Amino acid sequence: MALSLERLGKYDPADPQKNRRTDLGPRHFWQYFPPVIQNNYGKWAYHEVLEPGILVHVSETGDKVYTVRCGAARFMTVQHVREICDIADKYCDGYVRFTTRNNIEFMVDSVEKLEALKKDLQSRKFAGGSYKFPIGGTGAGVTNIVHTQGYIHCHTPATDASSMVKAVADALFDEFQNMQLPAKVRVSMACCLNMCGAVHCSDIALLGYHRKPPIIDHDIIDKVCEIPLAIAACPVGAISPDKTPEGGRTVKIKKDRCMFCGNCYTMCQALPLSDKEGDGVTILAGGKISNRISPPKFSKVVVPWLPNNFPRFPEVVENVKKILNAYAQNANKYERLGDWAERIGWEKFFEKCGLEFTEHLIDDYRLAYDTWRTSTQFKFTDAAWNVSKAAGGID
Amino acid sequence: MAFEPKEPQKEIKYSEMRIYTDEELNNYTEEELKNFKIKHDIPDLEELEKGPWPSFVSDAKQGALHRRKLADDRMLIDRDVIEDMLGQLQVSFNDGETHWKHGGIVGVFGYGGGVIGRYSDLPEKFPSIAHFHTIRVNQPASKFYNTDFLRTICDLWEYRGSGMMNLHGSTGDLVLLGTTTEQLEPIFFELTNELDQDLGGSGSNLRTPSCCIGKARCEFACYDTQDLSYELTTYYQDELHRPAFPYKFKFKFDGCPNGCVASIARADMSFIGTWRDEIRIDQDAVQGYIAGDFAPNGGAFAGRDWGKFDIQKEVIDLCPSKCMKYEDGVLTIDNSECVRCMHCINTMPRALKPGKDTGISILCGAKAPILEGAQMSTLIVPFMKLEPPYDNVKEFIEKVWEFWMEEGKNRERLGELIQRFGLPKFLEIMELPPAPQMVKMPRENPYIFWKEEDVPGGWDRDIKDYRARHKR
Repeated sequence: MALSLERLGKYDPADPQKNRRTDLGPRHFWQYFPPVIQNNYGKWAYHEVLEPGILVHVSETGDKVYTVRCGAARFMTVQHVREICDIADKYCDGYVRFTTRNNIEFMVDSVEKLEALKKDLQSRKFAGGSYKFPIGGTGAGVTNIVHTQGYIHCHTPATDASSMVKAVADALFDEFQNMQLPAKVRVSMACCLNMCGAVHCSDIALLGYHRKPPIIDHDIIDKVCEIPLAIAACPVGAISPDKTPEGGRTVKIKKDRCMFCGNCYTMCQALPLSDKEGDGVTILAGGKISNRISPPKFSKVVVPWLPNNFPRFPEVVENVKKILNAYAQNANKYERLGDWAERIGWEKFFEKCGLEFTEHLIDDYRLAYDTWRTSTQFKFTDAAWNVSKAAGGID
Repeated sequence: MAFEPKEPQKEIKYSEMRIYTDEELNNYTEEELKNFKIKHDIPDLEELEKGPWPSFVSDAKQGALHRRKLADDRMLIDRDVIEDMLGQLQVSFNDGETHWKHGGIVGVFGYGGGVIGRYSDLPEKFPSIAHFHTIRVNQPASKFYNTDFLRTICDLWEYRGSGMMNLHGSTGDLVLLGTTTEQLEPIFFELTNELDQDLGGSGSNLRTPSCCIGKARCEFACYDTQDLSYELTTYYQDELHRPAFPYKFKFKFDGCPNGCVASIARADMSFIGTWRDEIRIDQDAVQGYIAGDFAPNGGAFAGRDWGKFDIQKEVIDLCPSKCMKYEDGVLTIDNSECVRCMHCINTMPRALKPGKDTGISILCGAKAPILEGAQMSTLIVPFMKLEPPYDNVKEFIEKVWEFWMEEGKNRERLGELIQRFGLPKFLEIMELPPAPQMVKMPRENPYIFWKEEDVPGGWDRDIKDYRARHKR
């Protein structure tokens, strides 16, 4: 048993079926549970957050497991993963775990090991000065920001992911290392509406967005795309068949109908959307996944567009901070961001956060009516006075 | 209890598998790393080395330096692959546009998923990333690893790939970023033959299922999330590797209604742990919380002074169904009114525990916005008991798939299909009775699609009979 050094390894191009093994599935989970996890599987009695980033789980058997949760960029090189392994070998009998939100969890079974592990993790920094293993991400704070590939590996993004997440995570570092918020705040990031990061139920969602309709590459569209599929891909029926002056098959696009979803580009590479001035970032807020107190809910668009100001996205960071600060100052204990906005009313949310309400934020897609207010119950804010003035109702 | 894998698991020893020596793994000094510049100018990326949060740029640079110092015969794809990736990223910042080409169909023989083709559109400038394909590796349930496995993956991936990866991708896979077409089959052979490890899903197939930490380290888990995830992943390998569906299909397994893997927002089929008996109450521990001996919510709010714990204000009044009472020093719950939101249990985990008669709720249809807007999963099965090998769950899944594969249009997710057909039609196909639990409220319009058989006498009537009673 060893990894091969041959250029094609154990693969024989002349006989691709030779020694081919398929449909194995993943490795079985049980072998990767450390002994304390195996011994107490299903027997956990309770847990405590001892300090930000440090959890203890106590079993009915009396066993305890201490977890140190560390933030991480989900992008890693083998060198970083090997360092994670060095730490796991030194303190955790060779076991390590990753969370759904890309944190690293090191587990030990005694306080002594915990203290040594903590000290070691805190001491490790990258050559550029950032922490390799910042401890935090528990309780009523901000944990790691889940995100998508962006310019590192994707063909459809309207912005970059790793850089925006780094910029926002730097700005929210205190919130990652503390538990001072009214409840947990989940920040998520996706580079386009495909949302492979599915950010649509996050407390704060950062979403890359195109704003220019596709350009049509008439010369190749008929060669590289199934034109009927490209036409069918448009959810608003803006794409229809057309002929080039030379009589070739192509499409035309009703530009004022386009909502910039990029679905046509997913189906047809001859319809690119990306554009330096057009592309940018939308912020959504107030979604959640947990069923705790209130049911799960979608995030709502609260900032229609901000520029892709690489590499640190100052406008995005500023708006995230505005929302987070207003929430931190005004929400009740246990109240998630969306619950707070609903309690005070969205008009107050915009006032408290200092965000402008524009026409882009009123739904005009299907089912839009569900979001319109059919009631005289509202609160007066400047936005209301502005309308009243415009309507001649007040001076 | 211990779990037995379906197949005996080969023990992987890094000492036997390794490619690189310790000297090769530690082939640069801190000093060299500090002074290291990659071959391209990357001012915006270097800016991202500052600040406290782990910098992916700093990490990439250490990977790049490490590759530079390896001998030529110690890697099978270009040495500069990380440097070129960073260089292209800087150009993308300058241009405000990605430089990856659209698609490219590559894969391993016999599979339709697991590999994502990727090519640079600046191959002359960045030749090392001209091909830059991704391989999705199906992670072990809950993402526990040992270092023998991870180190072996690292050596394999450094030798035959870029050495860049994601731990983990959005759906849960361990993602290997960037290799050439030539190396896809060799990597697959090493993974399957040496590591007993298969690829994950991509394209119009079952995507790699993922689950929360479950009973491995959580007192709230109502079922064995890892076991159900593993069982269904291995049972549906054909669906995972060979695209036969209208579009992607995702399973996610949450152990309780807290929903740590976000199944309700992200899975076409969400399996969420729940219970149908009574929340277990330890009255002594309730007193412990009231006395301040235990921090509420396991100390998750300890960063701010919220004042003394007030059970009335913080638990009883926040209960969404108002089914709790604290009177004369005793906490009582009217379990028939409880909606199992987890708030009281989360707040007083030492005092309250989910019931013992546990199972799952199954919800269907969540997805991100493309095409018809984002959807959350809709409750279909309120409660299902679980028992390996989970035949009742499989029966449900296969019935849903049969409907979706028969009726679903190209690139139509299950949630969109259910919307197009209507929930009543879906229930009829699933042979399930309707229940008010499936809706937030009854319909507000009376446009009921009555069926002919619902109406006495049917729909065929004679206009002459009508005219016999009514003059024109």
